[in-house]
Amino acid sequence: MSTEPTHIHAGEEHGDTMTKGRIVKVALILSAITCIEFFIALYLVPHGKMTYHSANPVYIVLTLAKAFYIVAFFMHLKFEKITLIYAIVVPTLFIIGLILVLTNESHHWFDVWHPLS
Amino acid sequence: MSTAVSEIDEVKTTPWAGGRSPFSVEYGKLMMWFFLLSDAFTFSSLLISYGALRFSATTWPAADKVFQSIPGTSVNEGAPLVFVGIMTFILILSSVTMVLAVEAGHRMAKKEVTWWMIATVIGGFMFLGCQALEWTHLHGEGFWWGHIPDAEKLKEFFNDPITAASSVSTHQFANLFFTITGFHGFHVFTGVIINIIITINVLLGTYEKRGSYLMIEKVGLYWHFVDLVWVFVFTFFYLV
Repeated sequence: MSTEPTHIHAGEEHGDTMTKGRIVKVALILSAITCIEFFIALYLVPHGKMTYHSANPVYIVLTLAKAFYIVAFFMHLKFEKITLIYAIVVPTLFIIGLILVLTNESHHWFDVWHPLS
Repeated sequence: MSTAVSEIDEVKTTPWAGGRSPFSVEYGKLMMWFFLLSDAFTFSSLLISYGALRFSATTWPAADKVFQSIPGTSVNEGAPLVFVGIMTFILILSSVTMVLAVEAGHRMAKKEVTWWMIATVIGGFMFLGCQALEWTHLHGEGFWWGHIPDAEKLKEFFNDPITAASSVSTHQFANLFFTITGFHGFHVFTGVIINIIITINVLLGTYEKRGSYLMIEKVGLYWHFVDLVWVFVFTFFYLV
């Protein structure tokens, strides 16, 4: 069973799996992203180097990056058949749709409930 | 010979041609994935409700003022994100030990699987302990389902001056915080229980006799999902 991490693309290869080296690498990436989030929240925002509103999209992008690493590597989805990947990823797109719809809706509620602010 | 087979009798080999699973994973693992997908919908609906209420409010309790103590120590203020940071690293580390257990399972190394599973269970208990401290602390401050601190204390949790809207949004914050972290904590708790059962089975040699440690992968999926949800809870309650 070959465990060389030479072929990266999903699906067909047998033996392309999580080696110890790759586990450590992903763990370090997750820790590093969390540390960046702390750096923004504890240093950049309080010291005025970044505004509260510009930090939020950065947090969300970093969170999605962490989610990708957990699902793709720890949960092994990247190495499954393409059919399984689509069966999981496509339904989650509906969640993103709902997020966009309700974010828009909540701005509308804001305008209706607080017309003066 | 192939010329004798008419087109309709030809055996198809595409993934959806039938006769085998197009997903080529074991049944239980596929069902775990679909369960996690449905669980993702549940957590998303809770977090999306939180987002919708928060975006439609004029004011909201400031996270770095509500969560600025380290429960269990004498530090009561001025340390935002420290305690939840510890909780986040505990959960990430327990995810790492779980994936190491899966890796050891591929090599049929019973002893290594056992130790990594025990490490994962300890990580789970540490997280639950931290969450109990966090809840106790917030309950002591006056937060609970349907309860918020009195007006004098409420000032401490806002960056803006207190209005009638502050009380409403603090109620929403308290209800959503305890519901969402409670639902997540319940998942961690069941995950720990399942991990303990699986560890006992590893010790009994159940999977060695079966010839595969696939069960470790299935509970591993659940455990990583719990970690995944925490990543989102951490961002949307503590950072944003």
